[in-house]
Amino acid sequence: MKLKQLSVFLENKPGRLRELCALLADSGINMITISLADTEQFGILRLIVSDCEAAKAVLEEKGFVAKITEVIAVEVNDEPGGLRNVLQVEEAAGISVEYMYAFTIKSGENAVLLFRFDDMDKAVDALQTAGFKVLDSVALFNRADD
Amino acid sequence: MSKFVVENRIWDKEESLPRSDLAALQSSKLRKTVEQVQEVPFYQKKFAEAGLAAEKIQTLDDLQRLPFTTKADLRGEYPLGMLAVGKKDVARYHGSSGTTGQPTMVAYTHNDLKMWSNLCARFLTGGGLLPAHSVQIAFGYGLFTGGFGLHYGVERVGASIIPAAAGNTPKQLMLMMDMQVDALVCTPSYALNISEFIIQNDIPRNALNLKYAHFGGEPWTEDMRTRIEDEMGILCFNNYGLSEVIGPGVSGECAARDGMHIAEDAFIVECINPDTLEPVAPGEEGELVFTSLSKEAMPIIRYRTRDIASLNPEPCACGRTHIRMSRVTGRSDDMLIIKGVNVYPSQVEQALLRVEGTAPHYQIEVDRPDRKDIVTVKVEMTEESFSSSMKEMQELKDRINRAIQTITGLRMNIELVSPNSLERFIGKAQRVIDHRKKV
Ligand SMILES: [Zn+2]
Repeated sequence: MKLKQLSVFLENKPGRLRELCALLADSGINMITISLADTEQFGILRLIVSDCEAAKAVLEEKGFVAKITEVIAVEVNDEPGGLRNVLQVEEAAGISVEYMYAFTIKSGENAVLLFRFDDMDKAVDALQTAGFKVLDSVALFNRADD
Repeated sequence: MSKFVVENRIWDKEESLPRSDLAALQSSKLRKTVEQVQEVPFYQKKFAEAGLAAEKIQTLDDLQRLPFTTKADLRGEYPLGMLAVGKKDVARYHGSSGTTGQPTMVAYTHNDLKMWSNLCARFLTGGGLLPAHSVQIAFGYGLFTGGFGLHYGVERVGASIIPAAAGNTPKQLMLMMDMQVDALVCTPSYALNISEFIIQNDIPRNALNLKYAHFGGEPWTEDMRTRIEDEMGILCFNNYGLSEVIGPGVSGECAARDGMHIAEDAFIVECINPDTLEPVAPGEEGELVFTSLSKEAMPIIRYRTRDIASLNPEPCACGRTHIRMSRVTGRSDDMLIIKGVNVYPSQVEQALLRVEGTAPHYQIEVDRPDRKDIVTVKVEMTEESFSSSMKEMQELKDRINRAIQTITGLRMNIELVSPNSLERFIGKAQRVIDHRKKV
């Protein structure tokens, strides 16, 4: 029930992000969502793409450092309290969030929250026990294509 | 600019010996030194390895047959393996400014100390010192040779000393004003601090009686000289030395201020290509190599200084016959002096090797934006060290920083950069970019 995320090291230099997007587009790789955590000097780009391994290979060939990391995708109603409910469950299970980001899927009402927890397996269990809809990649890509 | 003018004065007759007399003196002293070092097991071994008998060294032409001595050799002989006399004959010890761990210890007999203070008296006299002057010494007094070396040199000339030692700039200024000090002795970078303090505190120029300064202990530039001279209204003289050879006094500028006269009655200097080890043509840059001729406690044969400079054999207007060396323009091993501490790129490399997953590709950038040395180490990312978590990336930077601090004793900025973004070099890598040269 975990999802593959591609993380890319991005030095803060003009044109680096554009170069990366162009590389993926030229290779026919679709970006489902993208998030950038940055500092003054460098950033960490986190991507959910249609083909993680292919994207990694394309980027590495052009000198990027890329790594595949697992994240958890949770679908919640796009309404107040959606994130809080997830965090409550994880807090109760003693799990901490390393980072998270979110996107809304095309069809509208639902949001997908993407998480990296310190204990990924325990986090999935806790969420499923609490009745959350944890998406695998197939489900996520289907929802994104809706 | 300074209104102060230095008259041309020569301290002793050895400084202006005719070249032929000097060569004869060097030859006989070289034979003696080679004999002396036979007391040192390290040299016995070196001579044996080279299949060289001491009596085969007769003239200056034989010099090139002698083995080199390196810093690593000296480290290997820590603490006193290089001693050529008994410990009872040693009058004083000093040490090199190593950053961590063991310094390189050097020793002096009473005769050595006398000879050393005489060498310092020479360049101090060449650079304006008169017995009536008072001199503030703002060098560290300790293992470092700068403080004591200059101290006894000034004493030898017969001038008075304010041994202020390093640091505490407000107190330095107070002493300088209240004691109406004529001359300052320190590192050029410390002089910049003093000058800055004067400007910031609006100390009027006429509150000071300072006329000239003798700077050493680190490489500096003509631009820095112009700046300090303009800001402080004094004349600045350059001197050079290193503890392994003797300390300050190896060379110093005369009133002509066009190169530093090397005390050739006490040392033989060579300038070699650090790769081929062959001598370079006169005037060409190379690594300076010194052989001591007058030392008793720790005579040294062909010591590779790693300092890059050029030699000028042309006669000087001052009348001294001793050859002149240029400023030190670099290091053949990229050694850096940061805040007065010697740092080698190899130490940074060693630190990076201790941090798992960091690449051997790095570059060190040094700048002095606000008169303080700032060092940035650029480290290329690898898949192994990269993490999608910002917290882990910060921890990586902290780990690198701690490792560097443990080894060099200095805090450096860490910059993580893309793989292959640092320039690759064929052969010797340029690990260091020193922007301070522009100051
Ligand atoms: Zn001269």
